[in-house]
Amino acid sequence: MDTTIIKPENLVYQRSRLMTDQPLSFCPGCGHGTVTHLVAEVIEELGIESEVIGIAPVGCAVTIYDFIAIDWIGAAHGRATAVATAVKRVLPDRYVFTYQGDGDLAAIGTAETIHACNRGENITVIFINNGIYGMTGGQMAPTTLAGMKTSTSPRGRDVSWQGPPIDITRMVAMLDGTYYVTRQAVHTPAAVRKTKKALLKAFELQREKKGLAFVEVVSNCNSGWKMSPVEANRWMEENMFKFYPLGDIKVDGQLLIK
Amino acid sequence: MGEIRLMKGNEAIAEAAIRAGCDAYFGYPITPQSEILEYLTVADPEKHTGMIVLQAESELAAINMVYGAAAAGKKVMTTSSSPGISLMQEGISYMAGAQLPGVIVNVVRGGPGLGTIQPSQSDYFQSTKGGGHGDYRLLVLAPASVQEMADHVKLAFDLAFKYRNPVLILSDGIIGQMMEKVELFDPIPRSENLPDWAACGKKNRSHNIITSLHLDASLHEKLNQQLKEKYARMQRDEVRYETYYCEDAEYLIVAYGSSARICQKTVSIARNHGIKLGLLRPITLFPFPSTAIANLAPQLQGILSVEMSHGQMVEDILLATRQFPALKVEHYGRYGGVVPTPEEVYEAFTKLFIQFN
Repeated sequence: MDTTIIKPENLVYQRSRLMTDQPLSFCPGCGHGTVTHLVAEVIEELGIESEVIGIAPVGCAVTIYDFIAIDWIGAAHGRATAVATAVKRVLPDRYVFTYQGDGDLAAIGTAETIHACNRGENITVIFINNGIYGMTGGQMAPTTLAGMKTSTSPRGRDVSWQGPPIDITRMVAMLDGTYYVTRQAVHTPAAVRKTKKALLKAFELQREKKGLAFVEVVSNCNSGWKMSPVEANRWMEENMFKFYPLGDIKVDGQLLIK
Repeated sequence: MGEIRLMKGNEAIAEAAIRAGCDAYFGYPITPQSEILEYLTVADPEKHTGMIVLQAESELAAINMVYGAAAAGKKVMTTSSSPGISLMQEGISYMAGAQLPGVIVNVVRGGPGLGTIQPSQSDYFQSTKGGGHGDYRLLVLAPASVQEMADHVKLAFDLAFKYRNPVLILSDGIIGQMMEKVELFDPIPRSENLPDWAACGKKNRSHNIITSLHLDASLHEKLNQQLKEKYARMQRDEVRYETYYCEDAEYLIVAYGSSARICQKTVSIARNHGIKLGLLRPITLFPFPSTAIANLAPQLQGILSVEMSHGQMVEDILLATRQFPALKVEHYGRYGGVVPTPEEVYEAFTKLFIQFN
């Protein structure tokens, strides 16, 4: 094979050296894998790998600590922001972030999420919202869209008795403690680049001690949604983005929405 | 000699935490122990020692904050009372599973449920047999005075780090609220050194992962084996107890915490009646002083477990004396927030052991 084109000046992308050799546990086509790579890239590019502590959730990303070679603490289900609060308070010069799904952050961990945001903890919250409990086999999440079929809303989520989906990102944006709140996606190369920019900004704000940065990534769950990855991304664009529109919600402590 | 003060038990806990070089305290108000959080926020130790004090949104958040600070290698403490401690069981189990040091204080009130705000000793099973899910043990200290409330905080931190295990101080509403003279130990400076296992940023080493999750059952069995051996080491090396008039005792009361204070008087009453009664006060409830009790058993005609509960510790006494099936072991207790008097304990003792002989 002609390898003459493999030269440093021709390099357009390489895997972050912070990624371990452990194969990712996420389903092929799932947004989690992309975001995990982005987190590793951002930490590497900022040169903070020795100063960062990640708080892992319970859910599909429960073993994320096997994939990125930084210090990690595995939290109990929903408690990541309480754990992060303490780590940041006792080690204020370190970078602390949580990586959580929608069941973890917006159902069982709602109190911890709201209060960490309200206190303005100087941490980064990375929130993967795919509208379903992926790890346990596709049950209804607080973020499941109206009418969406899951294993525990087999006839579609009926808002008359199961309640409407919760937009927790909008909720935390209303709190004075949050400084930067944004909603992104990773379904196209352009979206991936935007998400990476948002993550970079979130960690930089932590360096500047500006308060809590909250980055939601609306993602697919092709296994839980029972779709191919391509179909899942199309469905996400057509349905999820209507209820969870992409873009910045709060920048520099200023709300951009009504 | 250390500084002498007249303090409430709860205040002694708080002052001792600052003096023990504690790095962080996370708590949530609940009667009868809210003075601890209040004392700490008034003292504002962050200004003096750098100790962080934060009021959490719930006991659940508080214990997970403790989990986080402990995972970062810091000396961390929380305090609560029975209903709050029940809420904390999730985090305590995770701490035991992830082998994290930390100090938890339970100023016990009567249960079950919301119960009462009056003192009780009804959380013995929860404290010594596990409490949360999974096979684990806490090292459990039972102070019987305001002095011990202070001293046990320092001891608890030492033991927590020695074993990388949560340590529980099992107090109650009497000791928390009563005032006594206490000699405070000299302050120990906070240490900036973090243990090599801590998740605090991987400077000059490979990365650390703090977790209680092991999806591979054979690995998880190994972890459980390690825990089991650790608890056995505690049973071998950390048993603490105090004896009172036990040398010639023919009868023995076993009581801890407030009940032990009450039963000291019961011993005097019995001795005045010519009855050779002694008292053994467990200071550690896990590990339980089983051997000490078994060693006394041959000289005894009966053992009375006095607890402010339906009878929980009595089961450990029965286990400790199973080589002596003829030995009569009984329980006497008041519960639901009612505290027994020395006289009524004496009366119960004579009814159970003397009148029928």
